[in-house]
Amino acid sequence: MTVSSSLSRRRLLALGGVSLALAHFPRGARAAAARDPRLVVIVLRGALDGLSAVAPVGDPDYAAVRGSLALSPIGDKRALPLDGFFALHPSMPVFARLYKEGRASVVHAVATGYRERSHFDGQDVLESGHAGPGHTESGWLNRAVFALESTTPARLRGLGVGAAAPLVMRGPAPALGWAPQVLPPAGEDLAQRLLDLYTHGDPTLAAALRAGLDADRIATSGGLTGDVAKARGGMDQPNGMRQAAMGAARLLATPDGPRVAALAFDGWDTHANENSLLATRLSGLDGALEQFETGLGEAWKDTAVVVITEFGRTARINGTGGSDHGTASVAFLAGGAVRGARVVADWPGLKTNQLHQGRDLAPTQDLRSVLKGLIADQFGLSAQTLAEKVFPDSAAAPPLRGLIAG
Amino acid sequence: MVIGSDPRGALIALDRFGLGAKPGDLAAAAADPRGFLLEEIRRPNVGRLENASLLPSNVALQALFADQQARRIERERNIVEKTTRISMAEPGAAMAASGPAAPPPNADSRPKPQEPPIDQKLFRAEAMARFEKQASAQAGFVERLVAFWSNHFVVSVAKGQFVRVAAGPFEREAIRPHALGRFADMLAAVESHPAMLFYLDNQRSIGPGSAAGRFAGKGLNENLAREILELHTLGVGGGYSQQDVTALARIITGWSVAEAESEIGEPGSFVFKANWHEPGAPVLLGERYPQTGREQGAAALAAIARHPATATHIATKLTRHFIADAPPKPIVEALAKTFRDTDGELSAVAETLIESDLAWSAPFSKIRTPEEFLVATARATGVLPTDPGQYLNMLKAMGRPLWQPPGPNGYPDTLDALASPEAMKLRLDVAWQIAQRLKNIGHPLSLLDTAAGLAASRETREAVSRAESRPQALAIVLMSPEFQRR
Repeated sequence: MTVSSSLSRRRLLALGGVSLALAHFPRGARAAAARDPRLVVIVLRGALDGLSAVAPVGDPDYAAVRGSLALSPIGDKRALPLDGFFALHPSMPVFARLYKEGRASVVHAVATGYRERSHFDGQDVLESGHAGPGHTESGWLNRAVFALESTTPARLRGLGVGAAAPLVMRGPAPALGWAPQVLPPAGEDLAQRLLDLYTHGDPTLAAALRAGLDADRIATSGGLTGDVAKARGGMDQPNGMRQAAMGAARLLATPDGPRVAALAFDGWDTHANENSLLATRLSGLDGALEQFETGLGEAWKDTAVVVITEFGRTARINGTGGSDHGTASVAFLAGGAVRGARVVADWPGLKTNQLHQGRDLAPTQDLRSVLKGLIADQFGLSAQTLAEKVFPDSAAAPPLRGLIAG
Repeated sequence: MVIGSDPRGALIALDRFGLGAKPGDLAAAAADPRGFLLEEIRRPNVGRLENASLLPSNVALQALFADQQARRIERERNIVEKTTRISMAEPGAAMAASGPAAPPPNADSRPKPQEPPIDQKLFRAEAMARFEKQASAQAGFVERLVAFWSNHFVVSVAKGQFVRVAAGPFEREAIRPHALGRFADMLAAVESHPAMLFYLDNQRSIGPGSAAGRFAGKGLNENLAREILELHTLGVGGGYSQQDVTALARIITGWSVAEAESEIGEPGSFVFKANWHEPGAPVLLGERYPQTGREQGAAALAAIARHPATATHIATKLTRHFIADAPPKPIVEALAKTFRDTDGELSAVAETLIESDLAWSAPFSKIRTPEEFLVATARATGVLPTDPGQYLNMLKAMGRPLWQPPGPNGYPDTLDALASPEAMKLRLDVAWQIAQRLKNIGHPLSLLDTAAGLAASRETREAVSRAESRPQALAIVLMSPEFQRR
């Protein structure tokens, strides 16, 4: 696997056979105690169109294939250039800034091992970490936490955001749960009266309610500002995404709080009217990343946020200004711990014979390698544990090291 | 209260077995709590739910197929128009339109807002009819059994429009008629229902040695077979192997759903695709199945239904649901024995549970599920949501959207999941929402009397009396241990 500094190997070869140093930078002998790493996983449900999110504007076939969905480095809705080849969707200025600062990167043409096109099964594969569908009892992030419990002295805790924790965070390791407010909250006075009542007659319910209120207090401490506070958007709306990220960031920032978190944002299934839908969703994702940056404070420097989706979309647009279920997409990485300012890609090209089954962006990078690399670099889990416990039957997809700054 | 009545028994009948008291229910049940429940389960067709607005699954699925077809045509028409338009435009003109501005006309082929998508319309009608039935049931024991089986033989609407349309009919057609009938009949109905065949992918499982398999090079999908053994019947540790899973998968190849254009079956109905069926006589759990065609699967399911491990698995789950997370052994054994002795007669199993003394003396160690909580609230207050969306949103807010569990093992049924910190906080927010919407329902203390009667503690009465407002008092009633525990 080639990790290039944004220019693809094939393009470089085309440009004259420039040799390329493999950008593998294993973490140095840094004092482990000095770091307090965090890992945030954001699952985009519905299959993000990677070709719209991070557009290969330098690919000669791109504009023709994408038609009305094509982004351009020029014009009034111009894409944000990442390098000479890739440009970012204009709705993500925060990510563009982080990228420039060396705190964000992109992995392109990436996919899980799943090669069919059902959201349902695709998400199960993405989150369970298994090679195929049919496993919903636990997720890879939870199993990573579970595996770490035996190796790390301080207990590492997980956080699942949402009324039901995403599958990736469910499993044998107990995890904290917190959901951004979808209903107006009950007042503190009512909560206190109930706590008093429970304390008297039902200590189990008292302990549970108290813990739930505490988590929520931390997550919403200091309140939310501006329109984030006002609206209670769902997880497919910018406000909902930012609220979820803000709460998660505050819980992750507390000294004895959770260290890994999972969130899921909805609404990426852009079969129609993709231009307008993606602008909304991506600005929500961008806002969420900003909330993590500000909300984590000091802890941001040791944090990696990874944004993943179950599969990509068709290279060509369909008849309703959208795209249909495809194969490879992008993964975003952001955070102070990320070795940024690059697009990691072995670019497959967009000519019909280069597309997967003649229709989808072809996968050239196994997403499991990316995720295994992140866990290995952030928490030091061995390749063996990762291949057996965390991502079963994934020995053929070794950890991709060097995504985290050394 | 009548002298000699059993107020504690009435509470058990309505809370542990049922869906909570409506006004007057506690008094009605107190004379003979066991008889109150037996009377309900002996009513003819008590579990059925039928009304004119609810479509049979094949009709509902045909409506979906027609809707999908109409959209396809619309989309193809758009492609033709767009191709024409782009070829006429200036080169590069399409590239500039990359932002949210000015989507092309006809970009969105979805129907106008006044007409919800067909799957949503049917789903909401099903949800509302079900909620009304739960809220009006006598004790609600039968509805609890229906919900139990629906969470046992679970399908998830997250699979897509197909299951979203078929989930309601699935419960009405495969679960309800058999909730007080024979387990083997329910199993046969469930595993051949389009909703289940689609949810667990059997509709596209093809025997590798079948005519279609040899031709297309496609193969088995073991998903449904595995869940039948692991979740629906024998249970984990029920003594089956991977070979048994594969054998059962082969046996039920060809169990599928007739597509919109099908020539061999009514679209949206079960169909046996003979040319997908794996030939041969596989051995399943030590038994050879020489039958051919659909009969092979029917015989296998009948045998699994009668397997002793199935009796124990079902008895354990029922006891865990109704009595305690750590199911008391005497109850499990009594239920399993009845199950075996009656060849899975579920009305007899329900009667055994009612007759168990332990079921009436065990402490209230569980709490209501979010759904039971909303139904109990509607029963006690007499106020039902006017719009199913309200009810569905609250279930979603509490992390348990209707017919949408995280996996084929259904929603967890234990206290640590139901009363997790997050779940309790979300439940409180929901209670507060409901309490603010309740109008004209009298004194909050009378709501407490309706729901808990003499069992309401002095502390709860005081907390309700001292509340600073009527909504706060109502929320305290709804969140009180007396209302939550069962």
